[in-house]
Amino acid sequence: MSDKLRLRFSKTGRAVYISHLDLMQTMQRSFSRAGYALKYSEGFNPHPLISIALPLSVGAASLCELMDFRLREEVALSELPARLTAALPEGIEVLDAYEAERKCAEIKWLQIKGRFEYDERDPGQMAEQLSEFFARDNIVITKKTKRGMGESDIRPAIRKIEFDAADKAVTLKALISAQEPTLNPELLAESLRQLYSGIAPDFAKFTRIETYDKDMNLFR
Amino acid sequence: MDKRLERILPRVQKPARYTGGEYNQIIKDKAKVELRVAFCFPDTYEIGMSNLGMSILYHTMNSLDYVWCERVFAPWGDMYEEMKKADIPLYALESGDSTAEFDALAFSIGYEMAYTTVLDMLDMSGLPLRTADRPSLLPVVMAGGTAAVNAEPMAPFIDLFLVGEGEELDNEVLVLLRIAKRENWTKHEFLTRAAQIGGVYVPSLYDISYHEDGTVAAIMPKEGAPARVTKRIVENLDASPFPTKPIVPSTEVVHDRVSLELFRGCVRGCRFCQAGYVYRPIRSKKPETLVRQGIETLKNTGYQDVTLLSLSTSDYRPLPGLCDGLLEYCEPRSIGLSLPSLRADNFSMELMEKLQKVRKSGLTFAVEGGSQRLRDAINKNVTEEDLLNTCRIAFEGGWNSVKLYYMLGLPTETDDDVRGIAEMANQVLHCWRMYAKNKNRGVKITISTSCFIPKPHSPFQWEPQVSVEEYLRRVNLLRSSITAKNVTYNWHDAETSLIEAVLSRGDRRVADAIELVWRRGGRLDAWSDYFSVERWMQAFADAGVDPDFYALRERNVDEVLPWDMIDVGVRKAHLVKEREKCYRSELSPDCRHQCAACGAARLLKEIRCDE
Repeated sequence: MSDKLRLRFSKTGRAVYISHLDLMQTMQRSFSRAGYALKYSEGFNPHPLISIALPLSVGAASLCELMDFRLREEVALSELPARLTAALPEGIEVLDAYEAERKCAEIKWLQIKGRFEYDERDPGQMAEQLSEFFARDNIVITKKTKRGMGESDIRPAIRKIEFDAADKAVTLKALISAQEPTLNPELLAESLRQLYSGIAPDFAKFTRIETYDKDMNLFR
Repeated sequence: MDKRLERILPRVQKPARYTGGEYNQIIKDKAKVELRVAFCFPDTYEIGMSNLGMSILYHTMNSLDYVWCERVFAPWGDMYEEMKKADIPLYALESGDSTAEFDALAFSIGYEMAYTTVLDMLDMSGLPLRTADRPSLLPVVMAGGTAAVNAEPMAPFIDLFLVGEGEELDNEVLVLLRIAKRENWTKHEFLTRAAQIGGVYVPSLYDISYHEDGTVAAIMPKEGAPARVTKRIVENLDASPFPTKPIVPSTEVVHDRVSLELFRGCVRGCRFCQAGYVYRPIRSKKPETLVRQGIETLKNTGYQDVTLLSLSTSDYRPLPGLCDGLLEYCEPRSIGLSLPSLRADNFSMELMEKLQKVRKSGLTFAVEGGSQRLRDAINKNVTEEDLLNTCRIAFEGGWNSVKLYYMLGLPTETDDDVRGIAEMANQVLHCWRMYAKNKNRGVKITISTSCFIPKPHSPFQWEPQVSVEEYLRRVNLLRSSITAKNVTYNWHDAETSLIEAVLSRGDRRVADAIELVWRRGGRLDAWSDYFSVERWMQAFADAGVDPDFYALRERNVDEVLPWDMIDVGVRKAHLVKEREKCYRSELSPDCRHQCAACGAARLLKEIRCDE
């Protein structure tokens, strides 16, 4: 068994409010609660060798999170998901554990779903106008960057996006760029607020569904 | 989850503290329990989840199968505003249900500055603040914690106080409440019966009269309530419930680790220290119990740190054996062990070396007084020699940061005593120059002072606090006496201490001021972000409460004190004697040298004090 291992897990319900840093801590503790010894880095300040592929924003849910880790000894990987899930807080479920073959840097596209809530407006109309809006060639928004506020076109990071009217809401399905560039789905709603506030939702939430590589093969 | 909440949470700081769902939380079927208890901690999640008492009582209350006890904390300002805007009432973390639906709200009040937050949490629950304005039996509003040793400033708001340790008492009250609920008792009927349970103080069953000069004339119990309510204790700590499956927060809290309580009470008898008197008698846990509970808790939580809790860790007799037992488990797993509250006088090299194997942190000494004479007067039995010896061992062992804690405004303190603090810091610096192994890393000596607050049930309960001006004069005197550049000086602001002094020794009339502060927006007053001294002073003025009367006035020993109905075990005569010895700068031997017959031992039926 190679010692590069990977977990696939979901983060939903109340757990969506656990921040990335807190999640790392929570994961670390869950291994120890489940009786697994994580491998630590060498050096003055040893830390467990775990890394989560694509940090998830607070408030966003996911069915396809990936975390790489190493253990001090060999274990039966088939037992790991159930044992870890039992040691995790409500809302985090480990779906799979396996030897990692590919690097997470190869992740390129993210399948997401979202829900734009409209308390007063007609979802049918909204869905239509949303489709038109995202069909534009450029969607240039102002956003915070490392060097202060900057302009950015998010359109190239959206490979596909579809809207459907629902009850007091519009649901969306999209394929967006996960890395280089990373598109935070929150910016889909933000772009509306900045460029077309008439169809900006009263509330938006998102769920990651699946990860793909640059050739649109499932990434695991 | 509540739709409204779902919209708010992404906007507030650290939303995970408002959601519940943590590992080891207790979930029950609300249709199947008879009593729902909202365990309210009048401060933030991060503070409350660090509180061992809360963790213990959460589990003892939930050990009753007909009770579901859930946690409730005070939201930080941003969340508070959002909840008000969206009209979301205070809710419990486990179920998300509004606290208004609960059968009891149980507050744990550990410090006076939490009082306005208690009122705020009642209001956020949609309840009237005053017990007189809540005629129905449910929900019962109760409170316990250290603040219960002088419950008077909160007396009009709380239906009943639980005085002392709650492991047995809380459940006895819940047993009675279950009957009351089943049989539809009136609130009055429940409270008069509850007052018969040892340790229960029902303020509405006591009439207080006052002299013209504002002092208490008499405390008159009625309807069978006891003249004195004796604090409850747990005798056998080894047999007492301890949660080895505590809730593990999913977000960072202040004390994010396993806490093991070595013993309750303190053998030292420092005269300024309320805790040293109100937690007597001394009862220890066996090291075997602690090692077992420690390992179990580590396994069940996945924590990477263990800390030992008590008022004076060095006074735990089997400390070396306990450390060995814990380190045997911790070391191979890189789990850190920390020992706070060590005394400067018997901090051994051996012990320090053991800890060093795992992790090295700064040393903190509570020296309290700047001269030997003053330390004798307050019975803080630490000599300069002890301190310097310990520092020497520490510096030789590679430590390079020392914090020295003092109080200014202690009874009998003179300017020489104040200057003595700076002198001692110089001595510590000199010691570092002489003995430090590696001087290249430099040394950091920090002096911190706070303003002494005389507390109920301590020998200094009759003492005046020094005024804000006088405290600041002493701060400046100390500042100008510190010359070394490796010595940093931090001082606690005096105004908070003045307010705390008023609340700590206040009577029922102070309640009006507390309510006014809350009405004018006061909450989370323990946080400098929210505390406003002007708001407090204005409220005192408007409520006709003279802060100086409570904070700065020396009480006559014959005066009826507002908290005289509370018996913590230690006799008043003992406190008087200790105070007199202070004026003679006379030490009292610690309890192990010679029992002072303070009176706390009479609370024990099965064991002897410090056995």
